[in-house]
Amino acid sequence: MINKVVAGADEAIKDICDGQTLMLGGFGLCGIPENCIAALVKSGVKNLTCIANNAGVDDFGIGLLLQTRQVKKMISSYVGENVEFERQLLSGELDVELIPQGTLATRCLAAGYGMPAIFTPAGVGTEVAEGKEVRSFKGKDYLMEYAFEADFAVVKAWKGDTAGNLIFRSTSRNFNPVMAMAGKTTIAEVEELVEAGQLDPDQIHTPGVYVHRIFQGRNYEKRIEQRTVRKKVND
Amino acid sequence: MLDKDGIAKRIAKEIKDGYYVNLGIGIPTLVANYIPSEINVVLQSENGLLGMGPFPFEGEEDPDLINAGKQTITTLPGSSIFDSAMSFGMIRAQKIDLTILGAMEVSENGDIANWKIPGKMVKGMGGAMDLVASAKNIIVAMQHVNKAGESKLLPNCTLPLTGIKCIKKIVTELAVLDVLPEGGFKLLERAPGVSVDFIRNATLGKLYADDNVPEMVIE
Repeated sequence: MINKVVAGADEAIKDICDGQTLMLGGFGLCGIPENCIAALVKSGVKNLTCIANNAGVDDFGIGLLLQTRQVKKMISSYVGENVEFERQLLSGELDVELIPQGTLATRCLAAGYGMPAIFTPAGVGTEVAEGKEVRSFKGKDYLMEYAFEADFAVVKAWKGDTAGNLIFRSTSRNFNPVMAMAGKTTIAEVEELVEAGQLDPDQIHTPGVYVHRIFQGRNYEKRIEQRTVRKKVND
Repeated sequence: MLDKDGIAKRIAKEIKDGYYVNLGIGIPTLVANYIPSEINVVLQSENGLLGMGPFPFEGEEDPDLINAGKQTITTLPGSSIFDSAMSFGMIRAQKIDLTILGAMEVSENGDIANWKIPGKMVKGMGGAMDLVASAKNIIVAMQHVNKAGESKLLPNCTLPLTGIKCIKKIVTELAVLDVLPEGGFKLLERAPGVSVDFIRNATLGKLYADDNVPEMVIE
């Protein structure tokens, strides 16, 4: 079997080049590939196009790659919580393409399923539709949206095995499985890496065929963006 | 006139037993607090969860378990978790019975604008365009007028659109209204103490009102 296991993030991302397109998994700061983002910052690779639902916060997630001006373009659905992002956008240093969240997810899915395009009603009659082909099915209009093409998909899973199979945990799954399917080369960092055979095949979310490199990450911070709690009532 | 919780309480009365419901950010989130305990409702969070539970107890927050507003939450018995593509797949396939979201403007033909103000920092549409384009049943929770006192129920939206011809029901601090298929707002209920004339003055789009428009009943 081909060895997919690499020592760590630095080795996993070492051939990501200036100007390439990356998919980065996660929703907000939940389920982001923390180790690979740190390694990308260290590598200094630049002019990246990043496809990711969000752009992180100022000092964490993709925000770290924005601080170091390594991102040329973001393709996202929501880029709220990031002051440096806003500055670069308004000054014209950063190009941003905002697309509906379901369109973002489904363009990943299409790539992973070998389909060149999808039809979605999201954005019909809005500025998102500008320049796009509209097709009518049973009296309803749909936009044709192309499958993404990404040089690399960088995802985070909970558990993985040496065959590249992945299992995600809770809502940190989000965009990770669909992006894992969509990269020309897919890099997965996992909290726990086990030998092939130790994960139940019935429980696998992403089959190893989609994963080219895998490693066990370290020191996960798992920062919480909005810590909301309720008080315990003593009775 | 209703406060935000009043709007949420009135909308909660539209939720039926067995509904799968997606709640947007803001007033829609408050609706969860007023769903009658005798009915069984499953809340969807579009980052990939059906069966959203309340906030966790202090010290039990799980960074891997958040809602679409990035808040820490919990699951419930019967919850399920899935990826983002499936989440919007079930929205597109109209498996979700009711979507409740906020709006900056709604037009008399059911167009909605809620994601972008020209000249201001644009944060993005998130899942709003997918939701309004696909949902079979959308209730908009919004203020009838803006801070300057100008109507937000208009003949045509002035802000960039989120979706077209998709809104059928609106609940504001003043009224419950339907958007008629042929165009125009139909006044269904008045907020306690609010007159039809007051609502008419606050509505720039075409407003249709019968002689006796009932007052809302909110417990």
